[in-house]
Amino acid sequence: MTELLLSITDLHIAARSEQGGLQEIVNGVSLRLEHGTVLGLIGESGAGKSTVGLAALGYTRHGCRLLSGSIRLNGEELFGAPYEKLRQIRGARVTYVAQSAAAAFDPAHRLEDQIIESAVVHGILSPEEARREARRLYEKLRLPDPDNFGRRYPHQVSGGQLQRAMTVMAMVPKPDLVVFDEPTTALDVTTQIEVLAAIKAAIRDERLAAIYITHDLALVAQIADRILVLKDGRMVEEGATEDILKRPTQPYTRALVQVRRVHKPSAPQPAAQEPLLEVRGVDAAYGAVPVLEDIWLRLCRGRTTAVVGESGSGKSTLARVITGLLPPRRGEVRLLGEPLPPGLRQRNRDQLRRIQLVYQMPDVALNPRHKVEEIIGRPLSFYFGLGAEARRRRVEELLRAVELAPEFADRYPGELSGGQKQRVCIARALAAEPDVIICDEVTSALDVQVADAVLRLLLDLQAATGVAYLFITHDLATVRAIADDIVVMLDGRIVEQGTREDILTPPHHPYTDLLLSSVPEMEVGWLDRILAERAARKARGERIMEAADR
Amino acid sequence: MHPLLRLVVQRLLLGVATLWVVSLLIFAGTEILPGDVAEAILGQAATPEAVAAIRRDLGLDRPAWERYLDWLFGLMRGDLGTSLTNRMPIAELIAGRLENTLFLAATAAVVAVPIAIALGILAARFRERLLDKAISVLTLSSISMPEFFIGYLLIFIFAVKLFWAPSIASVYPGMALADKLYAVSLPVATLTLVVVAHMMRMTRAAIINVMASPYIEMAELKGLTRTRIILKHALPNALAPIINVVVINLAYLVVGVVVVEVVFVYPGLGQLMVDAVAKRDVPVVQATGMLFAATYVLLNLAADVLAILANPRLRHPR
Repeated sequence: MTELLLSITDLHIAARSEQGGLQEIVNGVSLRLEHGTVLGLIGESGAGKSTVGLAALGYTRHGCRLLSGSIRLNGEELFGAPYEKLRQIRGARVTYVAQSAAAAFDPAHRLEDQIIESAVVHGILSPEEARREARRLYEKLRLPDPDNFGRRYPHQVSGGQLQRAMTVMAMVPKPDLVVFDEPTTALDVTTQIEVLAAIKAAIRDERLAAIYITHDLALVAQIADRILVLKDGRMVEEGATEDILKRPTQPYTRALVQVRRVHKPSAPQPAAQEPLLEVRGVDAAYGAVPVLEDIWLRLCRGRTTAVVGESGSGKSTLARVITGLLPPRRGEVRLLGEPLPPGLRQRNRDQLRRIQLVYQMPDVALNPRHKVEEIIGRPLSFYFGLGAEARRRRVEELLRAVELAPEFADRYPGELSGGQKQRVCIARALAAEPDVIICDEVTSALDVQVADAVLRLLLDLQAATGVAYLFITHDLATVRAIADDIVVMLDGRIVEQGTREDILTPPHHPYTDLLLSSVPEMEVGWLDRILAERAARKARGERIMEAADR
Repeated sequence: MHPLLRLVVQRLLLGVATLWVVSLLIFAGTEILPGDVAEAILGQAATPEAVAAIRRDLGLDRPAWERYLDWLFGLMRGDLGTSLTNRMPIAELIAGRLENTLFLAATAAVVAVPIAIALGILAARFRERLLDKAISVLTLSSISMPEFFIGYLLIFIFAVKLFWAPSIASVYPGMALADKLYAVSLPVATLTLVVVAHMMRMTRAAIINVMASPYIEMAELKGLTRTRIILKHALPNALAPIINVVVINLAYLVVGVVVVEVVFVYPGLGQLMVDAVAKRDVPVVQATGMLFAATYVLLNLAADVLAILANPRLRHPR
């Protein structure tokens, strides 16, 4: 069956820019989708993936406008179709799965009422039929307690479950096409693999056609028959998944396919080196809720210790304890062999200077009303009392160190890209000439290539200054690339720690194993293989950890 | 204890403290005013001897703190005291007035709140369109006119020209409900015009604010009609601010209607208080003041409880 389900031809979409003009955000995109096939839409943020995906429902976000082109669903033109006709297609023949299910479910209603709503409103199923269908699909997507699941409110259900519930919501009306918009991006890696497997099985068994939008090529390779690569609203390349992965023709696609190029050669374990920073038996809690339990770790000069774990594992709390933002319940933090006062206010200026922090979101970590010079200059005057002229010179030096031109000193954060903002944050940390920089998910808000460049910069700076990094992340690819030592955390405890070689070479701790094997690999069939492997090992009676159903 | 119950108890205790502070302020305020009840009663005939005699008679020659404590302890026993001007028990004086005030406020609320919310929803549904703008213009012009002006305007049109409604809202005990409603029709209309705009604009703003949420986009992508999206998905999530503004306006209907009472010669609490201030009848001022303050405290508490009940996260904890 090769009848065309969806064909988009030469689509142009514009968004109103801040100055009031129109700016094209989708520029001549065409795609074709047959019944029962999955097309992967891939690109970095701002590539126009979601905009194209939403266009398949004849929808544009507020402030956007369809300029020209054609969107044909089963031969029917959606471009310029009257609102009422589009409304009857949306939620009935084409459905949508949003990135953040937590935000896309209405908090005021029970899940099932929302899940069956479109099927009932469009007159596709009666309420009873829709409930029966929803229950069948809960089971299919391996949601717990299918008979009662729908009675819960969105806030009573975990993120992974919500994402599956949203997939159920998209499938109940028996649509021709489902648009998945980054359905697993907000999830932990071990949850992601389960949701991905559930979506894949559902697409296969229900013979759905789908558009699967993501920035993660390895992920989409598991599910898509064909892949369309977008960059800045333009098509870069389109082809069968296998071809895109193995024989990319465009340089941009080749860059996407290439695994990370950043790599820190493993440094020899310094046997008797004095630890720079030591965390000794720390327990911490928010109110009565314990978050960290018995944490011990050491950080040495010139080395990078990666702390890995999923959301809620206590990684960021550890950073808060070390910086003094959260005094520990028990245990202590030592710097250069000296115990540090537990609270921020009891620490002296020199102690504060030696530990700096770089945050996950550069957008919110910089004061939008301060120029870069003030941002980087503040620690210079605070810690070293530099005068105006010396300060300006040092700011320019630091900007050069993070590979930004000195002119950036006169700009505001709003005028910088995400990667440039993160460089300013790094320069601000460096300005204090610290011994330790705590990097809290510093690359997770950045696109892959920008993230790589930031990582390379961090490694260069370490080689030049000998600063030690405590690198908090959930991204195992980053850990593989740059860590000397690895600490694996789960539910506030350290489950395993050691040098990179120790941790990454089997045998692993069961949780480390689960984490490592859940990272998608750039290979068609990886998902099926890993699931088969897990099933086989379980059948042999090996101890395998399942992702806690968060 | 259930968290909601604990909140209610906590707030009631705080409310009692608030009332105490209010009583101090009112008492101090009336002390600062020049003249006292004796001079007010005697007017032109106020010879120093006569004034002193009346003061002694009413116990006004005692120090202020003593009179205040007397009043406070009386209040704790449930005794509001007696009026200084006509020697009537204040409880009796207030009872009928309070009933009238609550009747007028309730009637106005029953008319105004549904109208305001319905207009707010319509304005949000047809945002930036002609209907939205028309609603905004009408409600804003009605709020921009002073209450007494609206009152006299309505009297001129509906009482003087059309003979549809009475110009004086006289009510008395034992009156049939229908007659009472007829009597207060113009004051209710005036109050409605005054309070609708505020509530309508907040309803509109709260709904439009919620309309930016991802779940509204999702509802749109589910192919729901705009009306269904607003009623089913936006309104329930916009309830908290709407409840708050409705309650502020209810409080206003109870305590802020003195001008309307005067225009329509309506025997309500507000008039009683204004009279008492003019006559320096401190115990009556105290009693009405406490009633008004208690109304605010209780209504605000009700708003918070309702806002919690409207939030499924708090209604159905994990």
